[in-house]
Amino acid sequence: MHELAVTEGILKVVLRHAAMNGASRVVGVGLRIGELSDLADEWLQRYFDYLSRDTIAAGARIRIERIPVVFRCEACGDAFPVRLSDIKDVACPACGPGKVILVSGREFTVQQIEVV
Amino acid sequence: MADIRLIEIREDILSDNQQLAQEIRQNLHREGVFMLNLMASPGGGKTSLILETIHRLRDEFRITVIEGDIDSTVDAEKVAALGIPAVQLRTGGACHLDAPMIRLALDGMDLSALDLLLIENVGNLVCPAEFDTGAAKRAMILSVPEGDDKPLKYPLMFSVCDALVVNKIDYLPDPGFSMAALRERVLKLNPGIQIFAVSCRTGEGLDDWIRWLREQISARRRT
Repeated sequence: MHELAVTEGILKVVLRHAAMNGASRVVGVGLRIGELSDLADEWLQRYFDYLSRDTIAAGARIRIERIPVVFRCEACGDAFPVRLSDIKDVACPACGPGKVILVSGREFTVQQIEVV
Repeated sequence: MADIRLIEIREDILSDNQQLAQEIRQNLHREGVFMLNLMASPGGGKTSLILETIHRLRDEFRITVIEGDIDSTVDAEKVAALGIPAVQLRTGGACHLDAPMIRLALDGMDLSALDLLLIENVGNLVCPAEFDTGAAKRAMILSVPEGDDKPLKYPLMFSVCDALVVNKIDYLPDPGFSMAALRERVLKLNPGIQIFAVSCRTGEGLDDWIRWLREQISARRRT
Protein backbone atom coordinates (compact mmCIF):
# COMPACT_ATOMS: atom_id res chain seq x y z
CA MET A 1 0.00 0.00 0.00
CA HIS A 2 1.11 3.50 -0.64
CA GLU A 3 1.55 4.69 2.94
CA LEU A 4 2.26 8.38 2.48
CA ALA A 5 -0.54 9.07 0.00
CA VAL A 6 -2.92 7.04 2.15
CA THR A 7 -1.92 8.89 5.33
CA GLU A 8 -2.59 12.19 3.58
CA GLY A 9 -6.04 10.86 2.73
CA ILE A 10 -6.66 9.90 6.35
CA LEU A 11 -5.56 13.30 7.62
CA LYS A 12 -7.83 15.10 5.15
CA VAL A 13 -10.86 13.14 6.31
CA VAL A 14 -9.94 13.61 9.98
CA LEU A 15 -9.46 17.38 9.71
CA ARG A 16 -12.64 17.84 7.70
CA HIS A 17 -14.77 16.08 10.29
CA ALA A 18 -12.98 17.77 13.18
CA ALA A 19 -13.78 21.15 11.63
CA MET A 20 -17.39 20.15 10.90
CA ASN A 21 -17.79 19.32 14.59
CA GLY A 22 -16.05 22.40 15.94
CA ALA A 23 -13.25 20.47 17.60
CA SER A 24 -10.17 22.24 18.94
CA ARG A 25 -7.97 19.15 19.01
CA VAL A 26 -8.02 15.58 17.69
CA VAL A 27 -6.63 13.11 20.25
CA GLY A 28 -7.46 9.80 18.60
CA VAL A 29 -8.24 8.29 15.18
CA GLY A 30 -9.93 4.90 14.77
CA LEU A 31 -9.32 3.11 11.47
CA ARG A 32 -10.88 -0.07 10.06
CA ILE A 33 -8.43 -1.72 7.72
CA GLY A 34 -9.03 -5.03 5.98
CA GLU A 35 -6.30 -7.67 6.01
CA LEU A 36 -6.01 -7.42 2.21
CA SER A 37 -5.26 -3.70 2.39
CA ASP A 38 -1.60 -4.40 2.81
CA LEU A 39 -0.43 -1.62 5.08
CA ALA A 40 2.55 -1.37 7.41
CA ASP A 41 0.85 -0.34 10.66
CA GLU A 42 3.94 0.90 12.45
CA TRP A 43 4.75 3.38 9.72
CA LEU A 44 1.23 4.76 9.61
CA GLN A 45 1.53 6.45 13.03
CA ARG A 46 4.92 7.89 12.08
CA TYR A 47 3.73 9.28 8.76
CA PHE A 48 0.62 10.64 10.44
CA ASP A 49 2.69 12.36 13.14
CA TYR A 50 4.83 13.96 10.46
CA LEU A 51 1.98 15.14 8.24
CA SER A 52 -0.21 16.38 11.10
CA ARG A 53 2.47 18.31 12.97
CA ASP A 54 1.07 21.80 12.27
CA THR A 55 -2.57 20.82 12.51
CA ILE A 56 -5.07 20.23 15.32
CA ALA A 57 -4.53 16.50 14.81
CA ALA A 58 -0.88 16.67 15.92
CA GLY A 59 -0.24 14.02 18.55
CA ALA A 60 -3.40 12.04 17.80
CA ARG A 61 -3.03 8.31 18.48
CA ILE A 62 -4.05 5.96 15.67
CA ARG A 63 -5.88 2.75 16.51
CA ILE A 64 -6.32 0.12 13.82
CA GLU A 65 -9.06 -2.49 13.84
CA ARG A 66 -8.08 -5.25 11.42
CA ILE A 67 -10.89 -6.86 9.44
CA PRO A 68 -10.29 -10.51 8.47
CA VAL A 69 -10.46 -11.74 4.89
CA VAL A 70 -13.72 -13.60 4.33
CA PHE A 71 -14.85 -15.20 1.08
CA ARG A 72 -18.24 -16.63 0.14
CA CYS A 73 -18.53 -19.75 -2.00
CA GLU A 74 -20.83 -19.22 -5.01
CA ALA A 75 -21.78 -22.88 -5.04
CA CYS A 76 -22.95 -23.45 -1.47
CA GLY A 77 -23.32 -19.85 -0.23
CA ASP A 78 -21.22 -20.41 2.89
CA ALA A 79 -18.80 -17.72 4.04
CA PHE A 80 -15.37 -18.77 5.25
CA PRO A 81 -12.32 -16.89 6.59
CA VAL A 82 -8.98 -17.12 4.80
CA ARG A 83 -5.47 -16.52 6.14
CA LEU A 84 -3.41 -14.02 4.19
CA SER A 85 -0.72 -16.67 3.64
CA ASP A 86 -3.29 -18.91 1.91
CA ILE A 87 -4.67 -16.18 -0.33
CA LYS A 88 -3.21 -17.66 -3.51
CA ASP A 89 -5.21 -20.90 -3.16
CA VAL A 90 -8.63 -19.87 -1.88
CA ALA A 91 -11.04 -22.80 -1.76
CA CYS A 92 -14.36 -23.43 -0.04
CA PRO A 93 -13.81 -25.89 2.86
CA ALA A 94 -16.94 -27.76 1.79
CA CYS A 95 -16.84 -27.60 -2.03
CA GLY A 96 -13.15 -27.26 -2.86
CA PRO A 97 -11.75 -24.79 -5.46
CA GLY A 98 -14.42 -22.85 -7.38
CA LYS A 99 -15.93 -19.40 -7.82
CA VAL A 100 -15.72 -17.31 -4.70
CA ILE A 101 -16.69 -13.74 -3.83
CA LEU A 102 -14.76 -11.53 -1.45
CA VAL A 103 -17.04 -10.50 1.43
CA SER A 104 -14.62 -8.58 3.63
CA GLY A 105 -10.94 -7.72 3.83
CA ARG A 106 -10.55 -4.70 1.58
CA GLU A 107 -11.94 -2.11 3.99
CA PHE A 108 -10.11 1.13 4.42
CA THR A 109 -12.17 3.54 6.43
CA VAL A 110 -11.81 6.20 9.08
CA GLN A 111 -14.34 4.88 11.59
CA GLN A 112 -14.22 7.56 14.24
CA ILE A 113 -12.16 10.32 15.76
CA GLU A 114 -11.81 11.41 19.39
CA VAL A 115 -11.78 15.16 19.80
CA VAL A 116 -11.65 17.81 22.46
CA MET B 1 -9.32 18.17 31.59
CA ALA B 2 -11.90 18.62 28.84
CA ASP B 3 -14.26 15.81 27.90
CA ILE B 4 -13.31 13.73 24.91
CA ARG B 5 -16.05 13.45 22.31
CA LEU B 6 -16.31 10.46 20.00
CA ILE B 7 -17.36 11.33 16.43
CA GLU B 8 -18.43 8.53 14.08
CA ILE B 9 -17.20 9.02 10.53
CA ARG B 10 -17.14 5.72 8.56
CA GLU B 11 -15.61 7.29 5.48
CA ASP B 12 -13.62 5.36 2.90
CA ILE B 13 -10.08 6.72 2.69
CA LEU B 14 -9.43 6.07 -0.95
CA SER B 15 -12.91 7.09 -2.09
CA ASP B 16 -11.86 10.49 -3.47
CA ASN B 17 -9.60 9.08 -6.17
CA GLN B 18 -11.97 6.24 -7.00
CA GLN B 19 -14.92 8.56 -7.40
CA LEU B 20 -13.10 11.00 -9.63
CA ALA B 21 -11.67 8.15 -11.72
CA GLN B 22 -15.22 6.86 -12.28
CA GLU B 23 -16.40 10.31 -13.35
CA ILE B 24 -13.49 10.62 -15.78
CA ARG B 25 -14.20 7.17 -17.19
CA GLN B 26 -17.89 7.95 -17.69
CA ASN B 27 -17.13 11.32 -19.27
CA LEU B 28 -14.68 9.80 -21.76
CA HIS B 29 -17.18 7.06 -22.56
CA ARG B 30 -19.83 9.68 -23.34
CA GLU B 31 -17.38 11.54 -25.59
CA GLY B 32 -16.35 8.35 -27.37
CA VAL B 33 -12.68 8.61 -26.40
CA PHE B 34 -10.60 5.55 -25.48
CA MET B 35 -7.99 6.23 -22.79
CA LEU B 36 -5.21 3.77 -22.03
CA ASN B 37 -3.03 3.89 -18.88
CA LEU B 38 0.42 2.59 -19.88
CA MET B 39 2.77 1.56 -17.06
CA ALA B 40 6.24 -0.01 -16.79
CA SER B 41 9.61 0.24 -15.06
CA PRO B 42 11.84 3.13 -16.12
CA GLY B 43 13.40 2.24 -19.47
CA GLY B 44 10.94 -0.56 -20.17
CA GLY B 45 9.80 1.04 -23.42
CA LYS B 46 6.70 3.13 -22.65
CA THR B 47 7.73 6.09 -24.77
CA SER B 48 8.99 3.84 -27.58
CA LEU B 49 5.72 1.92 -27.67
CA ILE B 50 3.77 5.18 -27.70
CA LEU B 51 5.86 6.57 -30.57
CA GLU B 52 5.48 3.32 -32.57
CA THR B 53 1.75 3.34 -31.86
CA ILE B 54 1.47 6.91 -33.08
CA HIS B 55 3.30 6.05 -36.34
CA ARG B 56 0.86 3.23 -37.04
CA LEU B 57 -2.43 4.78 -35.96
CA ARG B 58 -2.12 8.51 -36.63
CA ASP B 59 -3.75 8.30 -40.06
CA GLU B 60 -6.79 6.51 -38.65
CA PHE B 61 -7.33 8.15 -35.27
CA ARG B 62 -6.89 11.51 -33.54
CA ILE B 63 -4.39 11.03 -30.72
CA THR B 64 -3.20 12.96 -27.70
CA VAL B 65 -0.63 11.82 -25.14
CA ILE B 66 -0.55 12.62 -21.41
CA GLU B 67 3.02 12.27 -20.14
CA GLY B 68 3.76 11.76 -16.44
CA ASP B 69 7.22 12.26 -14.99
CA ILE B 70 8.72 13.51 -11.77
CA ASP B 71 10.58 16.10 -13.79
CA SER B 72 11.52 17.20 -17.31
CA THR B 73 9.64 17.42 -20.58
CA VAL B 74 11.85 14.84 -22.33
CA ASP B 75 9.03 12.48 -23.26
CA ALA B 76 6.46 15.11 -24.20
CA GLU B 77 9.00 16.69 -26.54
CA LYS B 78 9.48 13.38 -28.39
CA VAL B 79 5.72 13.13 -28.94
CA ALA B 80 5.37 16.77 -29.92
CA ALA B 81 8.22 16.32 -32.44
CA LEU B 82 5.88 13.95 -34.30
CA GLY B 83 3.23 16.67 -34.45
CA ILE B 84 0.98 14.97 -31.91
CA PRO B 85 -0.38 17.01 -28.96
CA ALA B 86 1.26 16.13 -25.65
CA VAL B 87 0.51 17.30 -22.13
CA GLN B 88 3.42 16.90 -19.72
CA LEU B 89 2.50 16.42 -16.06
CA ARG B 90 5.40 17.12 -13.72
CA THR B 91 4.58 15.43 -10.43
CA GLY B 92 7.55 16.99 -8.63
CA GLY B 93 7.98 13.91 -6.46
CA ALA B 94 4.83 11.82 -6.58
CA CYS B 95 5.68 8.40 -8.01
CA HIS B 96 2.40 7.77 -9.80
CA LEU B 97 -0.36 9.60 -11.63
CA ASP B 98 -3.80 9.74 -10.03
CA ALA B 99 -7.27 10.83 -11.06
CA PRO B 100 -6.95 14.49 -9.97
CA MET B 101 -3.80 14.87 -12.09
CA ILE B 102 -5.49 13.33 -15.12
CA ARG B 103 -8.49 15.62 -14.57
CA LEU B 104 -6.09 18.56 -14.73
CA ALA B 105 -4.64 17.31 -18.01
CA LEU B 106 -8.09 16.76 -19.51
CA ASP B 107 -9.32 20.26 -18.68
CA GLY B 108 -8.91 22.36 -21.75
CA MET B 109 -8.90 19.38 -24.14
CA ASP B 110 -11.57 19.25 -26.83
CA LEU B 111 -12.60 15.63 -26.28
CA SER B 112 -15.01 15.73 -29.21
CA ALA B 113 -11.96 16.05 -31.47
CA LEU B 114 -10.19 13.00 -30.02
CA ASP B 115 -10.31 9.23 -30.43
CA LEU B 116 -7.32 7.98 -28.44
CA LEU B 117 -5.72 9.25 -25.25
CA LEU B 118 -2.50 7.57 -24.17
CA ILE B 119 -1.28 8.05 -20.61
CA GLU B 120 2.41 7.38 -20.12
CA ASN B 121 2.55 6.85 -16.36
CA VAL B 122 5.61 7.45 -14.19
CA GLY B 123 8.20 4.67 -14.53
CA ASN B 124 7.33 2.43 -11.59
CA LEU B 125 5.95 -1.10 -11.14
CA VAL B 126 4.62 -0.44 -7.64
CA CYS B 127 2.42 2.60 -7.04
CA PRO B 128 0.72 3.24 -10.40
CA ALA B 129 -1.08 -0.10 -10.01
CA GLU B 130 -2.97 1.28 -7.03
CA PHE B 131 -4.29 4.51 -8.47
CA ASP B 132 -7.15 4.49 -10.93
CA THR B 133 -6.62 7.22 -13.54
CA GLY B 134 -10.06 6.84 -15.08
CA ALA B 135 -8.61 5.01 -18.09
CA ALA B 136 -10.80 2.43 -19.82
CA LYS B 137 -7.96 -0.10 -19.98
CA ARG B 138 -4.57 -0.59 -18.34
CA ALA B 139 -1.51 -1.92 -20.13
CA MET B 140 1.95 -2.63 -18.83
CA ILE B 141 5.30 -3.32 -20.45
CA LEU B 142 7.85 -5.82 -19.20
CA SER B 143 11.10 -5.83 -21.16
CA VAL B 144 13.20 -8.98 -21.64
CA PRO B 145 16.32 -7.64 -19.81
CA GLU B 146 14.20 -7.12 -16.67
CA GLY B 147 13.78 -10.86 -16.27
CA ASP B 148 10.84 -13.28 -16.06
CA ASP B 149 10.52 -13.19 -12.24
CA LYS B 150 8.83 -9.79 -12.10
CA PRO B 151 5.28 -11.20 -11.80
CA LEU B 152 6.42 -12.89 -8.57
CA LYS B 153 7.85 -9.64 -7.21
CA TYR B 154 5.15 -7.21 -8.36
CA PRO B 155 1.94 -9.26 -8.41
CA LEU B 156 -0.47 -6.32 -8.08
CA MET B 157 0.73 -4.60 -11.24
CA PHE B 158 0.41 -7.78 -13.30
CA SER B 159 -3.01 -8.57 -11.91
CA VAL B 160 -4.66 -5.19 -12.54
CA CYS B 161 -3.64 -4.88 -16.19
CA ASP B 162 -5.74 -5.82 -19.22
CA ALA B 163 -2.70 -6.15 -21.47
CA LEU B 164 0.98 -7.03 -21.04
CA VAL B 165 3.45 -6.06 -23.75
CA VAL B 166 6.71 -7.99 -23.52
CA ASN B 167 9.19 -5.63 -25.16
CA LYS B 168 12.78 -6.03 -26.40
CA ILE B 169 12.25 -9.57 -27.68
CA ASP B 170 15.18 -8.82 -29.99
CA TYR B 171 17.33 -9.60 -26.90
CA LEU B 172 16.14 -13.24 -26.98
CA PRO B 173 17.48 -15.79 -26.38
CA ASP B 174 18.35 -14.54 -22.89
CA PRO B 175 19.32 -16.91 -20.04
CA GLY B 176 17.33 -14.78 -17.57
CA PHE B 177 14.14 -14.88 -19.57
CA SER B 178 11.87 -17.78 -20.40
CA MET B 179 8.74 -16.66 -22.25
CA ALA B 180 7.01 -19.87 -21.14
CA ALA B 181 7.80 -19.21 -17.46
CA LEU B 182 6.63 -15.64 -17.77
CA ARG B 183 3.33 -16.62 -19.41
CA GLU B 184 2.65 -19.22 -16.73
CA ARG B 185 3.33 -16.80 -13.90
CA VAL B 186 1.28 -13.99 -15.41
CA LEU B 187 -1.74 -16.11 -16.41
CA LYS B 188 -1.86 -17.58 -12.90
CA LEU B 189 -2.25 -14.07 -11.48
CA ASN B 190 -4.48 -12.80 -14.25
CA PRO B 191 -6.07 -15.42 -16.52
CA GLY B 192 -7.79 -12.82 -18.71
CA ILE B 193 -4.75 -10.69 -19.57
CA GLN B 194 -3.75 -10.24 -23.25
CA ILE B 195 -0.03 -10.85 -23.78
CA PHE B 196 1.90 -9.36 -26.71
CA ALA B 197 5.56 -10.03 -27.56
CA VAL B 198 7.19 -7.13 -29.42
CA SER B 199 10.35 -5.30 -30.24
CA CYS B 200 9.81 -1.56 -30.60
CA ARG B 201 13.26 -1.42 -32.15
CA THR B 202 12.77 -3.99 -34.93
CA GLY B 203 8.98 -3.65 -35.23
CA GLU B 204 8.38 -7.36 -34.63
CA GLY B 205 5.04 -8.25 -33.05
CA LEU B 206 3.65 -4.70 -33.11
CA ASP B 207 0.89 -5.57 -35.58
CA ASP B 208 -0.94 -7.64 -32.93
CA TRP B 209 -0.65 -4.83 -30.39
CA ILE B 210 -2.00 -2.32 -32.88
CA ARG B 211 -4.85 -4.66 -33.78
CA TRP B 212 -5.89 -4.92 -30.13
CA LEU B 213 -5.69 -1.16 -29.68
CA ARG B 214 -7.70 -0.53 -32.84
CA GLU B 215 -10.45 -2.82 -31.50
CA GLN B 216 -10.56 -0.91 -28.22
CA ILE B 217 -10.71 2.49 -29.91
CA SER B 218 -13.31 1.49 -32.50
CA ALA B 219 -15.54 -0.02 -29.84
CA ARG B 220 -15.86 3.36 -28.16
CA ARG B 221 -15.66 5.77 -31.02
CA ARG B 222 -18.63 7.95 -31.90
CA THR B 223 -19.26 8.16 -35.60
